[in-house]
Amino acid sequence: MENKLIVSSSPHLKSDESIRSIMTDVLVALFPAALAAIIFFGFRALITIVLCMLSAMITEAVILRKKDIFGDGSAAVTGLLLAMTLPPAPPWWLCIIGGVVAIGIGKQVFGGLGNNIFNPALVARAVLMISWTGHMTNWLSPIDLVSSATPLASAGTPDFLKLFVGNVAGSLGETSAFALLLGAAWLFYKGHINWRIPTGYLAVVFVMGILLGSQGVSLSAGLFHVLAGGVILGAFFMATDMVTSPVTPKGQLIFGLGCGLMTMLVRLYGSYPEGVTFAILLMNAVTPLIDNLTLPRKYGEVAK
Amino acid sequence: MKTFKGGVHPGDRKSATEKKPVVPAKPPAVAIIPLSQHIGAPCEPLVAVGDEVKMGQKIGDSKGFVSAPVHSSVSGKVIKIDTCKSAPGGTVDAIFIENDFQDTWHEDVKPNPNWEKLSADELKKIVREAGIVGMGGATFPTHVKLSPPPENKIDYVLVNGAECEPYLTSDHRAMLERPDDLIVGLQLIMKMVGAEKGCIGIEDNKPDAVEAVTKAAAKDPRIEVRALPTKYPQGAEKQLIKVFTGREVPSGGLPAHVGCIVQNVGTCIAITDAVCKGLPLIERIVTITGSGINEPKNMLVRIGTPLEDVIEQCGGFKPNLKKLILGGPMMGFAQPGPENLPVTKGTSGILCLTDEEVTIEEIGPCIKCAKCVEVCPVSIMPLFIGSSVEQGLYDRAEKYDAMDCIECGCCSYICPAKRPLTQWIRMAKSEIAAKRRAAAK
Repeated sequence: MENKLIVSSSPHLKSDESIRSIMTDVLVALFPAALAAIIFFGFRALITIVLCMLSAMITEAVILRKKDIFGDGSAAVTGLLLAMTLPPAPPWWLCIIGGVVAIGIGKQVFGGLGNNIFNPALVARAVLMISWTGHMTNWLSPIDLVSSATPLASAGTPDFLKLFVGNVAGSLGETSAFALLLGAAWLFYKGHINWRIPTGYLAVVFVMGILLGSQGVSLSAGLFHVLAGGVILGAFFMATDMVTSPVTPKGQLIFGLGCGLMTMLVRLYGSYPEGVTFAILLMNAVTPLIDNLTLPRKYGEVAK
Repeated sequence: MKTFKGGVHPGDRKSATEKKPVVPAKPPAVAIIPLSQHIGAPCEPLVAVGDEVKMGQKIGDSKGFVSAPVHSSVSGKVIKIDTCKSAPGGTVDAIFIENDFQDTWHEDVKPNPNWEKLSADELKKIVREAGIVGMGGATFPTHVKLSPPPENKIDYVLVNGAECEPYLTSDHRAMLERPDDLIVGLQLIMKMVGAEKGCIGIEDNKPDAVEAVTKAAAKDPRIEVRALPTKYPQGAEKQLIKVFTGREVPSGGLPAHVGCIVQNVGTCIAITDAVCKGLPLIERIVTITGSGINEPKNMLVRIGTPLEDVIEQCGGFKPNLKKLILGGPMMGFAQPGPENLPVTKGTSGILCLTDEEVTIEEIGPCIKCAKCVEVCPVSIMPLFIGSSVEQGLYDRAEKYDAMDCIECGCCSYICPAKRPLTQWIRMAKSEIAAKRRAAAK
């Protein structure tokens, strides 16, 4: 037989899913939110998104010396996620620095995809936040694009419908809860995220919001804390980042609860109005510990 | 429907052969009978070059307890004792017999009209002498399984009719064509181990088999036939036990430790043949299928028939054949070619895959998506064992329970980074076993 056969270890069937297909699914899932951001904030939002994605992808291609700048798609996802955490109209150089920091310092210094400890997009956001606080908190109200405060920093009764649909000031991905949930539903359907992290996260934010809000025990305060700011984006897209979150079922729930707790501690008692970024980064740091403490009970485990 | 934790859905891919009745394959001109077709001690030849042998004659046996004798599947003359290839790789000694095409039976092969009166010990002796082994592919000697330590009371005999491996239909056809013999075999096993309950689990993608076996089992109230969800590895021993009895085989233990014995459909029918008709195990049903074969079939093939003969009777390979597998696609063994390779007791299928199904993909980094953790039916951590093996850290692999792996292949199947997790875990298991052996000395 001239035709050489392949001899390899079983199994001989593989699923069609690949890293690239998963990353593409995440990009698809972020599309509604990105579209909502462009609708509400206009052309400037599009520029921000494109600059962040290109900067992240080019940085990755340069470091890996690869010509295919999409590659496995992970840099594009990081770039888009970073854009979603930025205000609508940051200076162009801020976007580019963000992309370089996310991929260079957030990911490649650790050894590239799969080896980073912290969520790269959030690492970049944290660096930008600390270095250029003014630019990073230049919130604009949607449509008319005048400066206004993020709902988290403003007093008064929140308008829940506005919060849900997205017609509020904030960063690109903080505006429309509806668009984010639509994308999250896609990720659930594809099996790339499960209920544990988002549910744990949102439950703690909701309950702490009800019990510890400024107006005493109030249901609407709980709902406000879930819908305002970056909690939805964080709970469904940032905390669920595969690389930096636990792999054990119990660990994922604990991770979600921890993210919720840290977020609310920053929001209620910290000096920043928003705590999602630091909450998730802190929990990222303890992910390996959580994994090792929550190994599942194996089949036929004998008590030692 | 009750099922086990984890598992994958690779698609059953059985349509090419599930409706095709079993047809007998032509007896080979030269039968190649390997002296080791089972787990355990290899047999010593009982015949020499030049000897005349008859069909069903025992031609190899061993004094070891964990072993099974081998028989000639043709009548004729021993022309050489040489080596042939074995499914898992490497070579084994084999007896080459030139067929005289007379099919003269050996005088020991005769029906036993009083088989219903045989005692458990007499039955076990017949099973051993007939050379019966686990026919699902594991080839563990059946009489050993039927002789659990006396302190383990067996109350359940479970029959694996799940046939959860994609492509394969040999058990499916056996259940459709010989349901009564399956039930007799199960009843005999229950008698041998003194069990009061018999259970047959069949995946629900075979409703006709569920119906046929349920009908055949209707006379015996001790036997339960249950349709199980179609999910791989539904037929795995430990998973079947959990589904039917709720019990878990303790880590490192045997099914007998929780009062269970699991047998495959083909094995049960072979036991019926041995006890009632006096037939040793000299033929078996083989599914020859896959996109790389011209005429997919289910065939009744004599043990020792060269693979090339069987392939020829199925119209030959397609030109774009890329992989030849003995067994199913999830746990079977890939072969470098069909030459000098006979059908043995463990050959449940000959699977021919083409370049449409076989791709060589680059191994990517682990992105910790946890899909392997989710699908693992024994709840170990394939990703951590894999990365430990990659770094040569076998102690760490042991800590993540590599030894509990059942090698079903779900983790490798699901991994989006195409990491060969099952292969790495196998490496870890053999390294850890070697270390334990060294420590025991």
